[in-house]
Amino acid sequence: MSDAPQITENAVDAAVEAALAAIAAAGDSAALKVVRAAHSAEGSPLANFNALIRDLPGDQKAAAGKLVGGARAQVNAAFAAQESVILAAEESAKLEAEALDVTAVPTRWRAGARHPLSLLMEQMSDLFISMGWEIGEGPELEHEWFNFDALNFDEDHPARAMQDTFYVEPVERHLVMRTHTSPVQIRSLLARPLPVYVAAVGRVYRTDELDATHTPVFHQIEGIAIDKGLTMANLRGTLEHMAHALFGAGAQIRLRPNYFPFTEPSAEMDVWVENAKGGARWIEWGGCGMVNPNVLRSAGIDPDEYQGFAFGMGIDRTLMFRNGLTDMHDIVEGDVRFSRQFGMVV
Amino acid sequence: MRVPLSWLGEWVDLPEDVSLESVHEALVRVGFEEEDVHLFEVSGPVVVGQVLAFTPEPQSNGKTINWCQVDVGEAEPRGIVCGAHNFAVGDKVVVTLPGAVLPGPFPIAARTTYGHTSDGMIASARELGLGEEHDGILRLAALGLDDAPVGADAIHLLGLDDAAVEINVTPDRGYAISIRGVAREYSHSTGAAFRDPALAVSPREPVEIFPVKVDDRAPIRGTLGSRAFATRVVRGVDVTRPTPPWMVARLTLAGVRSISLPVDITNYVMFELGQPTHGYDLAKLRGGFVVRRAEAGEKLETLDGVVRTLSTEDLLITDDSGPIGLAGVMGGATTEISETTTDILIEAANFDPVSIARTARRHKLPSEASKRFERGVDPKLGPVAAQRVVDLLVELAGGTADPLGSVDNQYPEPAPIAFSMSHPAEIIGADYTLSEVRNALDLIGTTCRAAEDGMLQVTPPSWRPDLTDAVTLVEEVARIVGYDRIPAVLPIAPPGRGLTRAQTARRRAAATLAAAGSTEVLASPFTSASMVELFEPGATAVRLANPLDPQNGVLRRSLLPGLIEVARRNLSRGMTDLAVFEIGAVFLPENGVMVGTDTIPVGAARPDDATLAVMNASIPAQPMHVGGLFLGDALAKQPGAVAVPAGITDALDAVRQLALALAVDIAIGTGSHPALHPGRTAELRVGDRVVGIAGELLPSLADELDLPRVVALVELDLDALIELGALQATPTAIDTLPAATQDLSLVVPREIPAGEVLAAVVEGAGELLEDARLVDDYRGTGIPAGRKSLTFAMRFRAPDRTLTAAEASEAKLSGAARAGELFGATVRE
Repeated sequence: MSDAPQITENAVDAAVEAALAAIAAAGDSAALKVVRAAHSAEGSPLANFNALIRDLPGDQKAAAGKLVGGARAQVNAAFAAQESVILAAEESAKLEAEALDVTAVPTRWRAGARHPLSLLMEQMSDLFISMGWEIGEGPELEHEWFNFDALNFDEDHPARAMQDTFYVEPVERHLVMRTHTSPVQIRSLLARPLPVYVAAVGRVYRTDELDATHTPVFHQIEGIAIDKGLTMANLRGTLEHMAHALFGAGAQIRLRPNYFPFTEPSAEMDVWVENAKGGARWIEWGGCGMVNPNVLRSAGIDPDEYQGFAFGMGIDRTLMFRNGLTDMHDIVEGDVRFSRQFGMVV
Repeated sequence: MRVPLSWLGEWVDLPEDVSLESVHEALVRVGFEEEDVHLFEVSGPVVVGQVLAFTPEPQSNGKTINWCQVDVGEAEPRGIVCGAHNFAVGDKVVVTLPGAVLPGPFPIAARTTYGHTSDGMIASARELGLGEEHDGILRLAALGLDDAPVGADAIHLLGLDDAAVEINVTPDRGYAISIRGVAREYSHSTGAAFRDPALAVSPREPVEIFPVKVDDRAPIRGTLGSRAFATRVVRGVDVTRPTPPWMVARLTLAGVRSISLPVDITNYVMFELGQPTHGYDLAKLRGGFVVRRAEAGEKLETLDGVVRTLSTEDLLITDDSGPIGLAGVMGGATTEISETTTDILIEAANFDPVSIARTARRHKLPSEASKRFERGVDPKLGPVAAQRVVDLLVELAGGTADPLGSVDNQYPEPAPIAFSMSHPAEIIGADYTLSEVRNALDLIGTTCRAAEDGMLQVTPPSWRPDLTDAVTLVEEVARIVGYDRIPAVLPIAPPGRGLTRAQTARRRAAATLAAAGSTEVLASPFTSASMVELFEPGATAVRLANPLDPQNGVLRRSLLPGLIEVARRNLSRGMTDLAVFEIGAVFLPENGVMVGTDTIPVGAARPDDATLAVMNASIPAQPMHVGGLFLGDALAKQPGAVAVPAGITDALDAVRQLALALAVDIAIGTGSHPALHPGRTAELRVGDRVVGIAGELLPSLADELDLPRVVALVELDLDALIELGALQATPTAIDTLPAATQDLSLVVPREIPAGEVLAAVVEGAGELLEDARLVDDYRGTGIPAGRKSLTFAMRFRAPDRTLTAAEASEAKLSGAARAGELFGATVRE
């Protein structure tokens, strides 16, 4: 056992010194790992000293233990310190290496878009929902009775011929593409208990050729309110509220006498749009009036007890002047560039 | 209706500074929409000239021009080149001098032509905007104006300084398709004094009776074809006399051509009073008139030279020779006034609006007369209008009024309407004064009588058949007082329940698809029969009776043809990467089921429940569908990332997005569709119900449609998805004990869809299985031919204990065993 190391202060100091020097010289985690194996792990001088303590006579154990333990603690502290420096440097180098040009990071998503007409219909519907109204619905291919007769369009009245109706085969079976959302008035009155406050949005059809301002398939919003004592002043109040919501606080409503079979009195409504393209002006917006007593009778309602108002406007047209569009083609052709300009907001 | 201002001003006071704008404004206030303005667009100097001399000069181009010396009231005559030959020395003509502008605009300047300097132009009627006459220059003698002084302003002389407003007259107000009606309304709007042109005529009773018999054996909807009929006779007229220029100018502005003096006079009276009249050559009439319905197969040649086969609903004017006119619509050829006519019989009748409307529509003959009859003509006007025509024929055509004629009026007096003075305020919500209400009723021509019950008995005037009940009178009060008086009061509706479940679900579906990268479009619901056949062979589509484009004359049964059309349009504009969707109705008539109903209930009465049910059931189903189309790249090439081509993946992802949005489990299974790739088609089911299809368009079809080879499509019945979706979520508590994860590789025949194997594994693994996912599909070395190895990543968890590996393995192998039973799957070690 002559070559066995002896736990001497000098020998331990030498081992510590060698370890500290090696630790200081280690530049990265790999090097540090090698140093740890040589100077701290099993078989290293300090580990060997530690193992020798077990064999020392009892009176020497305490001193030797203190000596070796202190040395190992000193070396371990050095390891920890150097390790944290190395790890920090390595992490920092890694981050630098991982840097990306965030202006050119690839996407895993493509952007979609809603159609502005859909968005505008939702916005208009929400306004009426907020007032406690309901949103009514009805078929686009409709029975003539709902589209005309129930709405006080006599079969021989010129107003019926003026509607530019798409008829379907066989014509003597009385189905038409609805020319307005007004059949929903009748369906709502037939289906709901009074009072009724219903708005309807949807597709309607007229035999107009597609051009910059017309399309054979377009959209309307319709409102009907039937209650006790409703007046044309309530109609105007509702239209003004709607105009303010859609066009801002400066919007106004102007009513001009007109004729529709389903209202009496009837009015054409204009809206004053302050931020219209080309300057503030009156824009023709739709038709309205007090519901004709014959319409109420069609739904089995006593016009002496209940009265109310109705109104309707084109949504495509509203979109055009509200958003400064000039060509109807863009709305109906499905060019994705059109919808994408709107995204999720009309 | 076009309203020349000079004509309007004859019957209502117009202000000194009247303008087209101010007249439009006044008429808009009382309910006539502004349509247009009409002017002659002639500006001076345009003067009366007299031809002093002319020399015909043949030209090398074969024409002969006249070199004319024309006195235009200046010191010296002017030299003017004229190509026309219909004049003589001494004729007075209209000379447009340099500086004048004719319609076109066509500015006149002195110019050198045919070797002369032409110092102005001799005008034709057409060049002046006075009709189409261009056979030669306008000779003032032809207008009865040969005494006009040379040098006088011809613009004023010819009435070319007049102008007209055009307004839209709503179909309820037939009386306003006349100067009489518009003048009355202008007076209502402005308070200006109105003189009724009908009261300016004193009709004389005929002495000798021209027999007229109304023999209507098939009245339409219970109304006799004619309930008022007047005739008058004028003899010895010279029909070749010129129509005076003031009449030509007014008719031109009103939109009708000057034809001949008698025709111009009847048109003039129709425009002025609103009563159409018809002139017959008395010599060509055989016996008296019988007004009756046509017999089946009967024929009539109308004035336009067309021989028409008549319907038994057509109302006819007949004499002993048979039909001589389509009552109220168009006269017949046999009794037409010609250049040799001397004695004229004038008919001024009132015809049933419905009868006239149907006949005009049936024969596609909308005339100025039928337009007025359809909307209702004042039944008291007949004798007045006939007298006015007589007076004008006597004055302008040199005739003599004859005692022969007839007057018959069986038209009932309008019934009085019970009306409360408070009614307008109750309907309109404006605080009308009693005098405002009373004044409005007086202005529109009603007769009011106080009834004992405090109500007013209001009798409408004869020209207002549209005033039928109290509410129509309320409208008149509101209109005459002005709609500006109506206040704005927002009504308070009872509390509502918001959007319906289906409405919110549709919004979520659309928002989800858009957020996931698809662009919403609204395609045309019209498609072609061949597209319907392509996507649904043998299916019936609703056919339009009057499509705008006969190629696309049916209603879609699927959203896909519309999306394909949209895709083609986008591609043609260079948009080559597309992800589009549509939510819309499709129209699904059933094969062999007749749509619609034979009869239609009347309005103004609620049909009984059975009738309503039959009508509703007769309308084909129109469910809302959602469809999507994907082509090009789903993701374009990017730095460090290759392009991801679009395909069935995108279509199926849309299905998953919708399943999430609508809280419905949509199962994807192998499917087939005639228009889709046989190996790339998925059937979409909720439970046992098929709710849609997804796949890639048949490449040969894509090629035919000029689309790229890969076009992915998806279509689902949105209504069904909403109906089948969860009403609300049903979550369970989250288990938090440790999970055990294991992979399972199964070898199965290649043709077994992985989804079915997965379903079997899930079924067999039991409750401990929390999640299972297909992570690999391997075919090749180590796997027998015709088979594939599917690897599933499985996660197991128990709610009450930490699972051991053995428990997890047991569950896994139970799953494998189930797949083994169903598909012969073996575990790959």
